[in-house]
Amino acid sequence: MNPLFHILSWFSALILSPLLVGVINRTKAFYGGRKGQPLLQAYYDLFKLLHKGAVYSQTTSWIFRAAPIISLSVALTALLLIPVMGYRSVLSFRGDIIFLAYILGLMRFVIVLAALDTGSAFEGMGASREMQLSLLAEPIFLTCLAVLAAGTGQLDLSGMIKSLWSTSTSQTNAAVLLITGALIIVLLTENARIPVDDPTTHLELTMIHEVMILDYGGIDLAFIEYASALKLWTFSALLIGIAFPFRAGSPHIDLIIGIGGIFLIAVMIGIIESTMARLRLLRLPQMMIAAAALSLTAFIWVIK
Amino acid sequence: MNNSLWAEILVLGVVLTNFRLLASSRLFGLIDTMQIQAIALCAIPIALAPSASALSFRLVMLALITLAVKGWILPRLLKHAVQKTNIQREIEPFVGYDFSIMVGIILLGVCFLISYRFGTDANLSSHFLLPSALFSLLIGLMIIISRRKALTQVIGYLTMENGVYLFGAALAIKEPLLVEMGVLLDVFVAVFIMGITIYQINSEFDHIDTDRLSELKD
Repeated sequence: MNPLFHILSWFSALILSPLLVGVINRTKAFYGGRKGQPLLQAYYDLFKLLHKGAVYSQTTSWIFRAAPIISLSVALTALLLIPVMGYRSVLSFRGDIIFLAYILGLMRFVIVLAALDTGSAFEGMGASREMQLSLLAEPIFLTCLAVLAAGTGQLDLSGMIKSLWSTSTSQTNAAVLLITGALIIVLLTENARIPVDDPTTHLELTMIHEVMILDYGGIDLAFIEYASALKLWTFSALLIGIAFPFRAGSPHIDLIIGIGGIFLIAVMIGIIESTMARLRLLRLPQMMIAAAALSLTAFIWVIK
Repeated sequence: MNNSLWAEILVLGVVLTNFRLLASSRLFGLIDTMQIQAIALCAIPIALAPSASALSFRLVMLALITLAVKGWILPRLLKHAVQKTNIQREIEPFVGYDFSIMVGIILLGVCFLISYRFGTDANLSSHFLLPSALFSLLIGLMIIISRRKALTQVIGYLTMENGVYLFGAALAIKEPLLVEMGVLLDVFVAVFIMGITIYQINSEFDHIDTDRLSELKD
């Protein structure tokens, strides 16, 4: 694959990922009958934050300062692993699915550590909730990837997504439909979207992700916000690569279709957020068990 | 989208509706899920036919009659019973909903393991029909033993029957129409009687909890 394609796909992710947040917010505003904030609001926020200095609490250590940098660099690395619509990604090797799952885990881990580092009981609570959810979401994510591996006989993400829908059997395709459902739930959980966590709330009883980054400001907050936008892009690109069955054949047209698909997922998230209420914390494991049932059924289906 | 993918999606639909039956506590929701399962069931023999010319009159009639009985009359009867008894939810089942789903996942694995023993020479149209049929049977059984309300147990009975039907669908080319019709008639009569009985139990005891029926009373 030519380097131009890689550069284009990577930079389109870097430039367009904050726009996803804008699209989600505009979709929600449309459903609520409001005009909504500007589409580029996330860029304005990032720009504003980048021009501010950071204030650090005296109780924090280097972990607190390192976490935003690590989380942003991990998000940028994860982006390199994601193949766009089945074209070989920049970083592609046998077993990169495990690497992908665990660098995303690393991103969560450093944020949780930083939240604990502040010593605030409030942030500790958020950290505990985040770990509880990821404990449920991570096995589901790995099972979904295992279904892809078993179904296509490939061990690298690029090879898997490439052989999906074109050379795979109807048995695999049916299982892929199931894991699409499970992956949507994982996407909503990992990116702290509404049935799991409300990104707009600042009420202590309901926050999960937002509470962990309360002590950040300025450049650090910009890094974390940008990293989570990139994480949303990563998951959406993975989902669209798995779920979208048609390929145009030309890399650049496929890239445009892929980006269009990613924004469609943003619209879908907006619709889910406006039509569903946030689930009670106690009900969340139930939803995750449903997703686990989907992914395990797909797994049993595909290894038959 | 070829035919076999549709058949797989429909069989998967039956498996997923089974999970939904395990997870739901609302009786109306359960009946709606039953209805969706019945519609998927009826479409399976048609989707399994290799070509349009292979669709015999018998096969299409069987699907249509099943659709009418299971997809329309039985849900109507059950919804009528729910309205009459004025019970909307299954509260406090013997086995909780989350645990039921986990058991369901294990059962699905067991069904696939068992169907290995049948081998692939069983002249089945699709390899997924056998484990899915077994799964429906086991889920039906599980609902019957783990739920309290008589209405939910009727739904479990119907799920078991759907499993039997799926077995039939796997062998529909050989199976005579008469047997299927007989089974369908049995189920229809059984649910009809159960509906009346549930109503009678409810008006007599003010509840339809089957475990409380064993208590002695003057």
